[in-house]
Amino acid sequence: MGFHILFLIMLVPIIGALLLLFVPANNSKAPRLIAATAASVALVLSLVAFFNYNTQTGGMQFVEGYSWVPSYGINFTLGVDGLSMPLVLLTSIIIFSGVFVTWKLENRAKEFFFYMLVIASGVFGVFMSGNLLLLFLFMEMAVIPKFILINIWGSKNKEYAAMKYTLYLLAGSSLALVGIMAIYAYAGSVSGVYTLDIAKLAAIKYDASFQKFGFFILMLGLGVMVPMFPFHRWTPDGHSAAPTAISMMLAGVIMKLGGYALIRVGINFFPEGAVFWGPVIALLATINAVYVAFVAMAQKDLKFVVANSSVSHMGYVLFGIASFNAASISGAAAQMFAHGIMAALFFALVGLIYEKSHTRIISDFGGLAHQMPRVAAAFMLTTLASLGLPGMFNFIAEFSVFIGSIQVYPVLAVISIFAIVITAIYVLRVMQQVFFGPRNAKWDHLEDAKGVEMIPIVLLGGILIVLGILPGSIINMISSGIVPIAQKFISLSIGGLF
Amino acid sequence: MNYNAIFLETLVFLLGVLLLVMDLILPRTKKSIIGYISALGLLCILVFTFVYHGNNAIGFYNGLYASNGMSTYFKQMFLIAAILVTLTSTSFVKTLSDSRGEFFIIIIFATLGMMVMSSANDLITLYIGLELMAISFIILTAFNKKSMKSSEAGTKYVLLSSISTAILLYGMSLLYGISGSVAFTDIIDYLKTGNNLPVVILGSILLIAGFAFKISAAPFHMWSPDIYEGAPTPVTAFLAGGSKIAGFSVVIRLLLQLMEPVHGTMVVLVIALSVLSMIVGNIIAIPQTNLKRMLAYSGVSHAGYILIGIVSYTKTGISAMLYYLLLYIFANIGAFAAITAFSNQTGKDDIKDFSGMWKRSPLLAATLLISLLCLAGIPPAAGFIGKFYLFSEAAKQGYLWMAFLAMAMSVVSAYYYTVVIRVMLMEEPSEVTPIKIPASIKVVMIVSMVMIIVMGVYPGPITDWATSVASSFIK
Repeated sequence: MGFHILFLIMLVPIIGALLLLFVPANNSKAPRLIAATAASVALVLSLVAFFNYNTQTGGMQFVEGYSWVPSYGINFTLGVDGLSMPLVLLTSIIIFSGVFVTWKLENRAKEFFFYMLVIASGVFGVFMSGNLLLLFLFMEMAVIPKFILINIWGSKNKEYAAMKYTLYLLAGSSLALVGIMAIYAYAGSVSGVYTLDIAKLAAIKYDASFQKFGFFILMLGLGVMVPMFPFHRWTPDGHSAAPTAISMMLAGVIMKLGGYALIRVGINFFPEGAVFWGPVIALLATINAVYVAFVAMAQKDLKFVVANSSVSHMGYVLFGIASFNAASISGAAAQMFAHGIMAALFFALVGLIYEKSHTRIISDFGGLAHQMPRVAAAFMLTTLASLGLPGMFNFIAEFSVFIGSIQVYPVLAVISIFAIVITAIYVLRVMQQVFFGPRNAKWDHLEDAKGVEMIPIVLLGGILIVLGILPGSIINMISSGIVPIAQKFISLSIGGLF
Repeated sequence: MNYNAIFLETLVFLLGVLLLVMDLILPRTKKSIIGYISALGLLCILVFTFVYHGNNAIGFYNGLYASNGMSTYFKQMFLIAAILVTLTSTSFVKTLSDSRGEFFIIIIFATLGMMVMSSANDLITLYIGLELMAISFIILTAFNKKSMKSSEAGTKYVLLSSISTAILLYGMSLLYGISGSVAFTDIIDYLKTGNNLPVVILGSILLIAGFAFKISAAPFHMWSPDIYEGAPTPVTAFLAGGSKIAGFSVVIRLLLQLMEPVHGTMVVLVIALSVLSMIVGNIIAIPQTNLKRMLAYSGVSHAGYILIGIVSYTKTGISAMLYYLLLYIFANIGAFAAITAFSNQTGKDDIKDFSGMWKRSPLLAATLLISLLCLAGIPPAAGFIGKFYLFSEAAKQGYLWMAFLAMAMSVVSAYYYTVVIRVMLMEEPSEVTPIKIPASIKVVMIVSMVMIIVMGVYPGPITDWATSVASSFIK
């Protein structure tokens, strides 16, 4: 394809952001129209790319390369494979929904959309980048806009949450960046050519001790972003304090960056190191899934429940990655997509309820289904997806994770599966306490979702159902990207104590 | 004798003299025009350095003075800094009661001193350049005669700078005493013999200590916070974007050329300076409440980062330093220009005074935001790529722990920079009067911002340029 589709997808939000700078301050409609246009164009282009991706041939497609800093071996290469294509699509879906969730924002709307579009571009860059340094550049590019977004438009304890979030993420990415420098230096001294091209670095044979060291650094650094227990503390605060659209982006895509980089860089470069540290990740992932699920159960604030449930669900992703076979890693990648959609819908609904009722305390509610039937239905759908009910895309993803991992870590897998039960308990309890029960006259003034508010709900809910019924295309695409990576593990024996 | 070697210096000197004459002729109220003429003249000389390639690798007066690719690169940086600082200071100078013209002329002579430093090929010439710069800076620092802080800063600078000069001279005299010559080439020949090693090492350490003062590397950084805070803000910008760069131009040549035979020993010293600067600078910057003081400590930590390039001792290491120094000029002058615009109007420069800046002046907030992001090393500002170049050099040479420490310290620094960003962008303004930015400062701000973004988003061409300069210096 001579059409530079990936570059365009990445550029569209930046162009939108630059246009926003020239909007006069008193114009209240133009910012959201520009943002909506940019998001729609990015979504359409992502869909075009998604349906034009050839699953049969697999591998990196739509590749484009530009010379950037040739003397340091850094080229601006873009490309997507079966792993990143769904995530690019996920990003554009969530940006698109996020714009409509924020449709009615009055306070400094121009700046809000500016920072949001900058983040969008950064996230696209991470998923498309074929160069290790650019991957990290884009990852860090998204940090400060989020700091500003949480600080200005956030709620409750926002200053603390924003600073905590920023320092955690910067610390994580800086640590991972040191790992990148070590890889750069090592690969350069082995092959004689200093390069940061992911494909070239993946082909180099690293010796066992360097693999263990390199993977350890990446595991810690990227573990903060996933987030992996015990580095998950920024997530509940950050997600809860952020404005709705940004919570959707945080839970929907930003959390996926760590998992994506761990697959793309960590286990792809260092299979032996990964196998060495695999049991540790699996153990921490189990704690993530089970312990944080318990934490979610104890929350009184609706948004904290959802935020903790995100951390718990990311435990499955880590668990899938740590099992190192095609089924489990594909499951992990699918879970990233499924959870992204589901978490975004969750946050959109919670945001909607909060916007109308100005409270998020679960015990304040009751019987909301009478006043807000559409929100209740969508919430039910999300709840079912969250607990992995068959028929939802989340079920397919989680099933695939556990099919793969139970052969490797039987004990831990059984414990992790238990987290699904706990999830069922807390999400159903929230559902019951908020939406069911007798009609509460206090909330009679609440209006149900309508008009623009329905766009993200219908879009995200529709995707959950459609993919639950017809998961074939996306699963095939993910497998085509994962199988080459998983093949590196066939000769290595995995597992151990658990 | 090849006069091409001192051609640039002659031009700068003539410009200074021309302006001195103009200063006598022009009436008092018209003197700010000298600033614009000075900036224009320096700009012409800067453009000339890019067009005129005749002065590569030539010596003057039996090698007393050497002009080569490296020194030209540094001279270009000094000229850029001088132009931006001159433009920044025009509005400040209008507030002075007298001596308005001299301010710009002294900036030119300080620049001349820096240029001599970067080209000096023997100890005496080096010393003359250094003193020309230092004395000019003493005057500039104390220029605001009516301000207690400014006079205090000037006095401190005299005292501390003369102590550091004394140490420096002692080191020079030791090297001269054992080698019998002040010319770099003779000293290098002597050092290669390996005789009298303890004296050589002592002399080298004293020499480096003297210049560590100029680059404000810890533990020789004590002067910088007081003087950065007390000096008129444009002068602070020049201290950060000029004096420090000039210090590095000498440190690079001393450590990698003059002391190359004892590099193995000196590298330990450089590592100690670098590590100490990174830690001290970043940790002490956290509790600062004055923005200029905070930037002074951040300058200390940056001296530590940049010294990493010397530790690695490779072509790419030097090129990484050159790249970083250039972006450091733009980041600092951008930030100080913003502070100048603000404190000219309000007379304040504490961090809390910047609250609600997005409402009072979006351009000022944007400039400060981009400059601080650049210093913090967060993309798309150039600091990210600059830090990657520097720290990956350390990793390549087996000093991965230094890369690790430097990255960890960058995260610490992100804290105090983001505090300022939060105050500027998120808090409600304590006053609502908009900040009026003079056109000349607007130019400086926009140039700095554009350069920071360009160097961060499309670093290829400037990196290639820096690499070609570095490869002419080191094989």
